[in-house]
Order: sequence, then structure tokens, then C-alpha cells
Amino acid sequence: MHELWLTLTHYLQYPFVWRALAVGVLIALCSAVLGVALVLRRFSFIGDGLSHVAFGAMAIAAVVGLVDNMLIVLPVTVLSAVLLLQSGERSHVRGDAAIATVSVGALALGYLLLHLFSPSANVSADVCGTLFGSVAILTLSRMDVILCLLLSFLVLMAFVLLYHKLFCVTFDESFAAASGIRVRLCNLALAVMCAGIIVLAMKLVGSLLVSALIVLPALCAMRLRHTFRGVLIASAVISVCGAIVGMLTAILFSTPVGATVVAVDLLFFGILSLVGMCRRS
Amino acid sequence: MPLLVCQDLTLGYEGKAVIKNLSFEVRAGNYVCIVGENGSGKTTLMRALLHLLSPQSGEIRFSDGLTAHDIGYLPQRTEAQKDFPASVREVVLSGFAGKSRSPFLSREQRSSAGQIMERLGIAPLASRSFRTLSGGQQQRTLLARALCATGKLLLLDEPMASLDPTAAHELYHTIEELNRRDGITVVMITHDVHTASHYATHILDIGSTPHFFGTVAEYRAIGRLCGCGEEAENDA
Repeated sequence: MHELWLTLTHYLQYPFVWRALAVGVLIALCSAVLGVALVLRRFSFIGDGLSHVAFGAMAIAAVVGLVDNMLIVLPVTVLSAVLLLQSGERSHVRGDAAIATVSVGALALGYLLLHLFSPSANVSADVCGTLFGSVAILTLSRMDVILCLLLSFLVLMAFVLLYHKLFCVTFDESFAAASGIRVRLCNLALAVMCAGIIVLAMKLVGSLLVSALIVLPALCAMRLRHTFRGVLIASAVISVCGAIVGMLTAILFSTPVGATVVAVDLLFFGILSLVGMCRRS
Repeated sequence: MPLLVCQDLTLGYEGKAVIKNLSFEVRAGNYVCIVGENGSGKTTLMRALLHLLSPQSGEIRFSDGLTAHDIGYLPQRTEAQKDFPASVREVVLSGFAGKSRSPFLSREQRSSAGQIMERLGIAPLASRSFRTLSGGQQQRTLLARALCATGKLLLLDEPMASLDPTAAHELYHTIEELNRRDGITVVMITHDVHTASHYATHILDIGSTPHFFGTVAEYRAIGRLCGCGEEAENDA
């Protein structure tokens, strides 16, 4: 135990560890808050679809050889968010088939592109890193941290400003539309915020595990609290705790960061479900 | 002066008309029940009144400073609301979300929401979770939300659906009070024309051609009410 503590304090001396922790906490906070709205709105799958699109965009960026792949990944993901939402509203079969198509399509094409044209020698390591989160979180540059700060600030601001409208639309879409709220605009804002967070969170947990970060804290919080505000706060707290515990564990035992954070969230969810079941019986 | 006028209204989806040539007007203080069997276009008409559907022909005019967004709408409860984490106060306050430009609620809005909850007898439930309430309490909460959005015109979509008889009776009573005492105009879609006719001033029957619009007494005079009344009693 003492040894672990020593290792931890040793690692905490390095600024890159603090940078990683700060970025991790910010991402966890934003994804948890947005996650509540997405889960209640029955939009969880859009998050999943978008993360796969982001993988495809990342592959294109790698093949083209862009140094800062955010330049391509962010616009492509935001654009897909808008398109997915529109198709979901217009088609009669709802959006889930469209989302499934887009998400596997982006995954397959992304891998194909990387395989055919990748400039790097070790394709599978690249792919694995993008899918499950790499050690990249520990090699963040100053620029990455600033971009992350900026994006998460924007997302949180937008959420605070739209809070009442988002609640109204999420709780009852027909009432919201009748009382003059522009529901489509609200949905759009939600999808764009979601795209932003997914691109950010890909650095932490990778594109396959992003939706876990969005869905799990919200589900945990819903077992604990029964008001919207309460669920939001609980979700944020759980997600931030999960991120810190997960990242420190990953550093101590050199496990993959993304998978460890998600495992910690899953553990929280399992415990809360058990407690809930015991209380009910 | 009429609050709401519908003239030669034809409504429908994708070129197919559900309602044809409907004309009626609602005056301030009226209590209008819209009746008609399933598929006769009651919900379509309501969507059109709320500007969620544009008419194929004809027009809907609001006057007296009223717009479609000043209508207090009570939709039917949705499946998603059954497990939605929200307190009664949060739901009621969301009635103001479409009203104000500012992203935050003002002190006046919070206090008027408090008064409305007091008025509808749900003030003690303010911090309770919406999903744990009884059907009647849920409808009162949604009615309070609708009142936050308007002081003039309430549009109620089958508010008594899936309520037990006592709760339904109490809700009828509350709506009658809002109409008589506070002068709020009420337009209600209902199946139960028999009970509704005790409270309403006018009936709009879109289940038959030609459509009927007139006072309850006129509706009774043409003999439509008795048949429906028996049906309603049989249902009960």
C-alpha cells in the first residue's frame, strides 16, 4: 500500500500527468451532463453512431497526413450529427437504421483506408489506439489542453443557457413545440454539443468506448436521484470520480486508460443496480 | 369578439384530407368540447390550432392579442414520462421555457408558478418526483404547466384518459373553476361527451358530416346527446 502511494506521488510530480488528469476530468464532466439529456431523450445511439464516424474521420486525417487531425475530425463529426438528426426526423422508420448504417460504414471504411494507405508501419497499433483510447492522453500537448478547455467551456455554457428549453423539450416535445420553443434547433444544439464531446472524449477512451462515458454516469445518477437537476449533478460527480479513479488506477497498474475508466464506471453502475434491487425486494 | 376563428378549414397529411370545411369560433370565456370517434381528426385539429400543422386550405385566426404560442396546451401523457426524473416544480416551471427570451427564469415567474401550484392543490407535492405521482396528480401538474404558458386559453387533449372516476371528477371540477372564476377559455378534446356536457358551454362534433357546432342545449335538441350518454355509461 505504501509502495503504491510512493509510485503515485512519484507520477504526480510530472506535469503531463496533471495535464492528463485535468483533461480527463473536463471530458468526464461534459459527457456526463450531456449524457443525461441524451439518455432521457432516447438519443444514446446517436452518440454511438457519431463516435464511429469520428473514427472514420480520424482515419482520413491519418491517411492525408494532417498533423492536427482535429481539423478534419471535428467538422466531419458535427456535420454527421446534423445529417443523422435530420434523417431521423424525416424518415418513417426513425433514425436507428440510418445510424446503424452510418456507424458500421464509417468503421469499415476507416479501417480499409488505414489499411490501404496508412503512412505508418504499424497499422493495427494505430487502429487499436483510436478505437480503445491510446496512451495519447499522457502525451497531451499544451495546445491539446487549451483546445479541450475551450471546447468543454463552450459545451457547458451552451448547456447552462439552454437548460430550461432542453428540459422542456426532453420532458415533452409536443408541449415544447406548442409553447413556441424551436424543438429542431434544440435537437440540433444537442447533437452538435454531443459531436464536440465525442471528439474530445476520443482522446481519453477511444471511439468504441465513448458512449460508455456518455451513458453510464447518467444511468447511475438516475438510480440515485429523482429530479432533473439532481440527476445532472449526481451524473457529473459520478463521472468525474470515475475518471479520476480510473486514470490513477491506469497509471499505477499500467492498464489501458480508456478501458479502466469505463470499467470503474461499470463498477459504479453494478453496485448501484445491486443496491437498487436489494432496496426494492 | 371571438378569441379564435376557424374558417373553411381543411386539414390532413400528405394531401389526404382528414377534416373538410370546418368552421367554428371560440369566444372569450367559452368552454368548448371537441367530440368525435377515433380517427375523426380531433388530434389533427388540435395540432393545427397549435400551429404544429398548417391547414391545406382555410384559415385559423387568433385575436385579442393571442398567438398560437399563448395557448396553454395539455397533451396526453407520454411513455417516456413514466420513468423521467423530474420534480413537480421542475415540470411546472418548464411551462415558462418557451415564453421568456432570457435563458433564466425570473423571480416573478417562480412566484407565479408557486401560486398556480397552490391554486391547483399540488403545492405540497412540489419537490416530489413526477413519476411517483398518481394519474390525477400528474394531470394537475401538467395543467399547472399549461397555466404557466397562458392566462387566456387552455387546450386540453383527453385530460381524463386513464384517470379513475374520482380523479376525473375532481379534475373536471378544477377546470370548471378555472373557466368560471378565472375566465380562462377552455377547449377540450374528450370521448365522454355525456359528462363533458355538464360543464361545457359549446360542443364541436367533428365525427359526423355535416359537422355540428353550437351550444350544449342545441346539441341536446337535435338528439345527439342521449345516444352518446348511454354509450358513456356503458363504458363506465
